[in-house]
Amino acid sequence: MNLVADALKIEFGPSASWTHLAKYAALLRKAREFFERHDFLEVVTPILSRDTVVDRHLDPLRVVMYADPRQVSEGAEWYLQTSPEFHMKRLLAAGAPAIYQFAHAFRAGERGQHHNPEFLMLEWYVPGQSQLAAMQMLSDLANHLLEQGEAERITYRDAFLSLAMVDPFDDPVAKIAAAITSNPSQSPFPLDEAFRDDWLDWLLVERVEPQLGRQRPTILYDYPSSQAALARLRPGAAGSPAVAERFELYWQGVELANGYCELCDSEQLCQRFEENNRLRQQDGKQPLPIESGLLHAMRQGLPECSGVALGFDRVVMLAVGAPSLDDVMAFPYDRA
Amino acid sequence: MGTYNTSDFRKGLKIQIDGEPYLMIECNFVKPGKGNALYKCKLRNLVRGTVLDRTYKGGDTLESADVEEIDVQYLYRQGDQFVFMDNKSYEQYELPAVQVDETWKYLKEGLICSIVLYNGNPISISPPNHVELTVEYCEPGAKGNTATNVTKPVKVETGAEFLCPAFIDIGNVIKIDTRTGEYVERVSVKA
Repeated sequence: MNLVADALKIEFGPSASWTHLAKYAALLRKAREFFERHDFLEVVTPILSRDTVVDRHLDPLRVVMYADPRQVSEGAEWYLQTSPEFHMKRLLAAGAPAIYQFAHAFRAGERGQHHNPEFLMLEWYVPGQSQLAAMQMLSDLANHLLEQGEAERITYRDAFLSLAMVDPFDDPVAKIAAAITSNPSQSPFPLDEAFRDDWLDWLLVERVEPQLGRQRPTILYDYPSSQAALARLRPGAAGSPAVAERFELYWQGVELANGYCELCDSEQLCQRFEENNRLRQQDGKQPLPIESGLLHAMRQGLPECSGVALGFDRVVMLAVGAPSLDDVMAFPYDRA
Repeated sequence: MGTYNTSDFRKGLKIQIDGEPYLMIECNFVKPGKGNALYKCKLRNLVRGTVLDRTYKGGDTLESADVEEIDVQYLYRQGDQFVFMDNKSYEQYELPAVQVDETWKYLKEGLICSIVLYNGNPISISPPNHVELTVEYCEPGAKGNTATNVTKPVKVETGAEFLCPAFIDIGNVIKIDTRTGEYVERVSVKA
């Protein structure tokens, strides 16, 4: 058997220690305990579906649903889910109470110290919950799992202003670029307003994220509307731009969770997906199907709700103080 | 010449930028949940040794560099050129003194070194970690003084000088660590 493993050049043992795997199991129990205590219903939804989120930068893995095992490339194209979002929202549209699930999620090409193409997502939804209440619940869960106290909160704008001296809403792209590199001609994006979000993401990764959650877990909230993803927009106070009711949890500079006050307007969802497909094609990527079970459900009516997705492996990684996901996943990508 | 896509990026990749060869010594994948994938790379210039920090976005490409490392034998010096030979192909390679740099100190006839070839041309040389050299001249050895903390300059067969313990004499063979340029031990009294 070893010869086979050698031939495949794959380590056959787990990359995580038993101590870390035991901590992983303990945190799974703790998370379930939290949601049971708050009367959530645990659900299980498909990880393989004919639909998928249409996002510019999320690439779902495709699966051919062949009917004839002798012709495996013939059949409908389905997708491994990048998060269980679609099906969970369909449950909400069908009248679900507060729900949560642990789901395997898949994202093509994401491999690094803090990325694995397959990972465990803990995702939950609460009907009728405001952004404020949703952030409070996220903070409570983080404290329950990591025991680092109440999370600090800072708006996206204030975080950029105080940590990178840049106003993400008003400053020109050239100023954002100058905060990252002294040599913008050697950068991956042109100095063009059309690439504003790319520059902001890069600045986030380079200068802001590393300083987030150093003392206490930190929640970043009120994102630029161009980065709303599936969050609803809130009109800004007099004269200021609209913001997306989107929030993210950070601890030790690592992004742990992403939450929304969910967009419920099917028309807007359609528009955002069409725009994302346009950008995907501009990037040389395949467009993804716009029509979906979720869109159908939203046309019938999705109740106002909040939703949060948390990368569970990263939480375990930080809880044991390990530098890489490989230290807490039994079989990461290189051994899967 | 081939190209590498960001999905091929990893430590050890040899690539070229503006006609110069680089070694990818670090590549970190970072990506905000909803944002563009970025690859933060450190690239070492294989000719000059300088290090570049470059960030690439998913889908970017780099040109591969035709770089290989081979073992060669040092033959002789001809003016400003050092001449080496590949023992397998008998092909000869010449490196100018400026590229040989400090390594000249260890180059005795027949020494096996490794050189890096870029597009078939040698661009750098590294000697083995330890080299044995015969002492050609030094002040007379202090008989009976085996202390290694008293040193004196010693000239070896390549013409280079190294600091050695006082007991070393003309004709001794000494071992030098090429990474530090320091004396390691006396290998034999007579060459």
